[in-house]
Amino acid sequence: MIEKALKGEPRYWAWIFFLLSIIGVGFGCYLYQLSYGLGITGMSRDVSWGVYIAQFTYLVGVAASAVMLVIPMYLHHFKKYAKVVIFGEFLAIAAVTMCLLFIIVDIGQPARVLNVVLHPTPGSILFWDMVVLNGYLLINVIVGWNTLLADKKNVPTPGWVKPFIYLSIPWAVSIHTVTAFLYAGLPGRHLWLTAVMAPRFLASAFASGPALLILLLLLVRRFSKFDAGFDAIQTLAKTICYAMIINVFLLLMEFFTAYYSHIPGHIHGLEYLFFGLHGHDNLVPFMWTSAILGVLGIFLLLVPKLRMRYDLLAVACGAIFLATYIDKGVGLVIGGFVPNPFEGVTQYYPTFPELMITLGIWSIGALILTILYKIAVSVREETA
Amino acid sequence: MYDANKILIGLAIFLGLMTYPVWSGLGRAVQAPKPEIDTPIIQKMPEKKCVENTHFMKTTHMQLINEWRDDALRKGEREYTNARGEKVLMSLQLTCMNCHSNKDKFCDSCHNYAGVNPYCWDCHLTPKQMKEGI
Amino acid sequence: MSMDRREFIKIAGLTSLVGAGASGAFQLLEPGVLDAATHEEHGHGDAAHGQAEEQASGPKVRWAMTVDVRKCEDPEVVKRIVTACHTAHNVPDFGNPKDEVKWIWADTYEHAFTDSANEFMDKSIEHLPFLLLCNHCDDPPCVRVCPTKATFKRPDGVVAMDYHRCIGCRFCMAGCPYGSRSFNWRDPRTVLEGKPYNPNFPTRMRGVVEKCNFCVERIWKGLQPACVEAAPDVLTFGNLADPDSNVRQILRVRVSMRRKPELGTKPSVFYLV
Repeated sequence: MIEKALKGEPRYWAWIFFLLSIIGVGFGCYLYQLSYGLGITGMSRDVSWGVYIAQFTYLVGVAASAVMLVIPMYLHHFKKYAKVVIFGEFLAIAAVTMCLLFIIVDIGQPARVLNVVLHPTPGSILFWDMVVLNGYLLINVIVGWNTLLADKKNVPTPGWVKPFIYLSIPWAVSIHTVTAFLYAGLPGRHLWLTAVMAPRFLASAFASGPALLILLLLLVRRFSKFDAGFDAIQTLAKTICYAMIINVFLLLMEFFTAYYSHIPGHIHGLEYLFFGLHGHDNLVPFMWTSAILGVLGIFLLLVPKLRMRYDLLAVACGAIFLATYIDKGVGLVIGGFVPNPFEGVTQYYPTFPELMITLGIWSIGALILTILYKIAVSVREETA
Repeated sequence: MYDANKILIGLAIFLGLMTYPVWSGLGRAVQAPKPEIDTPIIQKMPEKKCVENTHFMKTTHMQLINEWRDDALRKGEREYTNARGEKVLMSLQLTCMNCHSNKDKFCDSCHNYAGVNPYCWDCHLTPKQMKEGI
Repeated sequence: MSMDRREFIKIAGLTSLVGAGASGAFQLLEPGVLDAATHEEHGHGDAAHGQAEEQASGPKVRWAMTVDVRKCEDPEVVKRIVTACHTAHNVPDFGNPKDEVKWIWADTYEHAFTDSANEFMDKSIEHLPFLLLCNHCDDPPCVRVCPTKATFKRPDGVVAMDYHRCIGCRFCMAGCPYGSRSFNWRDPRTVLEGKPYNPNFPTRMRGVVEKCNFCVERIWKGLQPACVEAAPDVLTFGNLADPDSNVRQILRVRVSMRRKPELGTKPSVFYLV
C-alpha cells in the first residue's frame, strides 16, 4: 500500500517538501541544542519544563481521542464511523510519534534514554508513561494498517486484529490517565495536585482530538473524492461538544475549590494564569483567549443549525482546538511552575530555536499524517 | 525482475558504502598502540602491578570501573579487595589516575586506536586538570 | 584529642558491633576535630565494611543537619558557607538566574517557609537569611518520580545523585517541593575554567540534574560536611537515628522547624529559631 504515498499531484509534493524544509530547520536547531545544551531554550531552574513537555501533554490527548471513534464503531456497531475510524487511528499514530519526539528533545542526555528500560523503575510514573505510549503506538500501527489492508482487499478485518481493537480502548484511557499522573502526584505543585487532573485531561482530549480530526476530514473532503459523510461528522461534533462542556465544568470546579477555600497556594496558580500574580501576567491574554474560544466553540456546536453548516463547524472545531491547546499545551505545564517553591515568580518565554524545534516536530507529525492519510484516501477512493 | 539494472546498481552502491570501513583501511598498516606506564609513581614501584593482573586489566578494566562506580556511588562501598587480597580505594581519579598520571600516553593511546570515546572525562578531572585547573 | 577513622566510625554508629558505651562520644567532639584526625586523601578505612553490616541490621544512621538561624545574620558567614560548599564540589557560577546551579544558598523566611507567613512576626526573624539546601527527606518525592533510579536514598538517609545514570528528564525538579535541584542547562566547565576548584571532586556534565550530596565524599572519611566545617557554630551535622547524638541533643532543647512539614516528606534539615 505504501506505493500510494509515492504518487501524487504537484501540490501534494509541494506540501511534502514544505514540511521537509521546516523539519530541516528544526533539525538544525536540534543539533545546536545537542551541542550547547538545553540552555538554548527559555527554561530555567524555576520553570524546568517548557514548550516541549507542554506539546507532549497536549498530543497525548489528541492520540487518546481515537477511542471516541473506536467505541461507537466496535462496541456499539455505529456503522457510520466504519470509513472514518482509520483516520482517527492514523491521527493517533502521528500524535504518539510526536509525543515520543517531544520527550527525546526535552531530555538533557538523549543518548542515555534507554536507561529507562535498562533500570526499570515501576515506582516512577514516567516509566509507565513510556510503556503505555509505546504500547499505544504499536496497537494503532497494528490495527490501523490491518483494517486498511482488509478494506483494500474488500475482505473483513482479520479476526486476530479484534482483540487489539478492544485493547486499544482501555489503553487509550490509560495513556492520558498516566500522563495526568505525571503531574497530579507531585507534592508542592498546587495547580497540579488535583484529583480531577486525569478526568479533565480525558475530557479536554476527547474535545481537542476529534476537533482536529473534523478539521482534517473537512480538508480531505476538499482535496479528494473521499467524504467522511455528514452523519459521521455531525456525531463527532456532538462528542466534541459534550467533552468540552465537561472539560469547562471541571475547570470551574478547580476555581471553586481554590477560591472558596481561600487557601493561598491553591489560588496562586490560577491567579497567575488568569489574572496575573505580583504583576506577572504574561499568560493572562492567552488564558482568556482560550476561555472565550472555548465558550464560542461550545455555543457553535450546541446549536444544531450552526453545527450543520460546514463553515461554522470548521470555526467551532478551530476554536475548540486552540482553546484546549492554550489551556493544556501552554497554561497547565507552565502555570504549574508558577509560583515556584519559594512563592517567587519566574516567567518563561520560549526562544526561537526552541520554537523551531517544536515546529519541526509538528511538521514530522504532519508529514506522517499526510502520508498515512494519502494512503487511506487512495484506498477509499479505489474501493468507493 | 523489473528495473534489474537500477536495482543492481543501487545494491552495488549500498554494499560499497556499507563496507567502507573495511576496504578504506586496506593496505594501510597502523601500529598497534603501546600504552606507556612510564610515570613517577609506577617507576618507584618495586614490582609493577596494577589493581588486578595485566591481562585482566587489559580486557576487563571497563567492567571493573563500572562496578567500582556503582559500588562507591550507589552502595557507598569504597573498598575493593583484589585477587591478591589487597584492599584498594575504588576511585578513578584518586586510584587509577594516581599511578597512570599519563592519560594521553596510556588511556588515550588505546582508546583512540580503538575509536572509543569514554565520557569519564566529561566530569572526572584528568591528572593534568587536577594539577593545573579545570 | 586525636582519634583514628576506625574509632570515628564506631562512635558515629556506623557499625552495630560497637558497644553502646562508645556511641555517646560523638557529640562531645568539637566539629573540626574530626577532620584533623583523618585528612589524608588516599585513606580508606572500614566505612564500607561498616555500612554493609549496617544494611543487614536496619538503618542505624540517618544523617541530619541543624541550622542555627540567628547565627547567620552576618552576610560574611553565609558567604563563607556557600563558597566552601560550591568550591568543594566544583559548582559552576553562571552569573545569571536562568542557568543558575546551586547546592546551598540563603533566602528570606517568607520564601523558605511559604505556608508559615505571619505578618505579626518578630521583625528580626523576617530579615534573617535562611540557608537552603537539599533536605535529604526521609520520604523523598524526587526519588519516587525518577525513572532511572539516578537519584536514590542511601541507607544512611542521604538522597544521592548518580550523574552517570541521569537522563536529564527533570522530573525530580518538578517533584521536589523545596526547589533544591538545579539542572545543567549548559556545560558547567565553561565557567569553571580558571576558578578555585577542588581537584579531588569531579564536575558535572551538561544535561544532568545536581544538588547537595550531604558531602558523602567527606562523611565517609569521617570529615564534617564542607559547610559545617566552614561554620561549625551555625551548622551541626550528626546522626538522627542515635538518641544521644549531637543533633538529637540540640533538637531536644531548641525550638526547631522543618520546611513544608504538611507534605510528609520529613526533611533532615532542621532550622533552629
